[in-house]
Amino acid sequence: MSDVIQTDAVIIGGGPVGLFAVFELGLLDIKCEVIDILDRAGGQCAELYPEKPIYDIPGYPVISGQELTDKLMEQAAPFSPGYHFNQMVEELEKLDDGTFRMKTDDGTEFRAPVVVIAAGGGSFQPKKPPMPGIEDYEGTSVFYSVKKMEQFRDQDILIVGGGDSALDWTINLQPLAKSMTLLHRRDAFRASPDSVQKMHALCAEGKMQFKLGQVTALDGSNGQLTGATIKGPDGEEQIACNTMLPFFGLTMKLGPVANWGLNLNENLIEVDTEKFQTSEPGIFAIGDINTYPGKLKLILSGFHEAALMAQVAFKIIHPDERLVFQYTTSSTKLQKKLGVA
Amino acid sequence: MTVMESAVKNMVPGIDADCGGACACATCHIYIEPEWQEATGEREEMEEDMLDFAFDVRENSRLSCQIKVSSALDGLTVRVPEKQF
Repeated sequence: MSDVIQTDAVIIGGGPVGLFAVFELGLLDIKCEVIDILDRAGGQCAELYPEKPIYDIPGYPVISGQELTDKLMEQAAPFSPGYHFNQMVEELEKLDDGTFRMKTDDGTEFRAPVVVIAAGGGSFQPKKPPMPGIEDYEGTSVFYSVKKMEQFRDQDILIVGGGDSALDWTINLQPLAKSMTLLHRRDAFRASPDSVQKMHALCAEGKMQFKLGQVTALDGSNGQLTGATIKGPDGEEQIACNTMLPFFGLTMKLGPVANWGLNLNENLIEVDTEKFQTSEPGIFAIGDINTYPGKLKLILSGFHEAALMAQVAFKIIHPDERLVFQYTTSSTKLQKKLGVA
Repeated sequence: MTVMESAVKNMVPGIDADCGGACACATCHIYIEPEWQEATGEREEMEEDMLDFAFDVRENSRLSCQIKVSSALDGLTVRVPEKQF
């Protein structure tokens, strides 16, 4: 069991709004820890559309999801937040002293008087293809990620998908595998051209096969896969495999947030528009995950919500101090915190 | 207004649209009936790429966030896959 991390505010979700919350809270001397299920910051901006241009960020006529993430990280950097990636907050409970205890799925514990849920559309989880009976094989024959490559040594592997994950794992696992088949619905890939070339080269050498088509049925019993039926341009055929790795990208699920006793409205967290506080005082929700009359799911709305939330969070964390509102343009105090004065 | 947006606005089940219309998630996957194929147009490259992340992709698969509603689509019926993942 790891040590408990004590801080002022825990931010659940490291997307653009979570990152900007670090900045707004930081200006008020509130120390933050950021937890995110992805392996890096940026949320949807980094995971779903890193290269897509965004046109409605004030001051930037055009900026990509990744650029915006990088700039927000840079803006938050003076406040040195702690980042905890590849983790999902599973438990959240209020303690007798009014502070909150959180525990992530890898066992890390946090304690803080303020919790900010900036979880966007929820937590990213691998898309599970709706093939009949696939659940019976999950964790034994069907895997949505590769944690240890050794596990796949000498297996007959079927990889499904046409993105970078599918191509990368095809190339990386092929030398270990007894046999390797890549299945994709078309002969075009959304992966780096270099990987596609490598895959074709392996096929030419007879080390693996590439099949066009989609899986329609799984065969096996007791969690052990023996083959898959695929439908391709030439009709149905059977592929022998004892391991299948489907890579269809990620999807968002609300996840454990639903179990924390907060008032929800169609999977969104209800907040007021003064404090952006949830039905539980001390827990705030900002960005795409909250709802209130007139809510717009825009990054810029999340930024505004972060600024207002920070004012209230300050009062919870420092109940006896007076908060003097200051501008970064004129306050040397704020400028010192930012390291520019 | 796109087919996805009208579906979401009117709480039509079966179209999730996780990404909100950025052509970035493939959870607004639909099937177009043959008689509507011409009016709804062809899929573009980005959409074709995103369909890789959908399930049970057929020849008449489209992402509903990429179909703009116009008077030419008055009466349009679309089918949704069993699941959007």
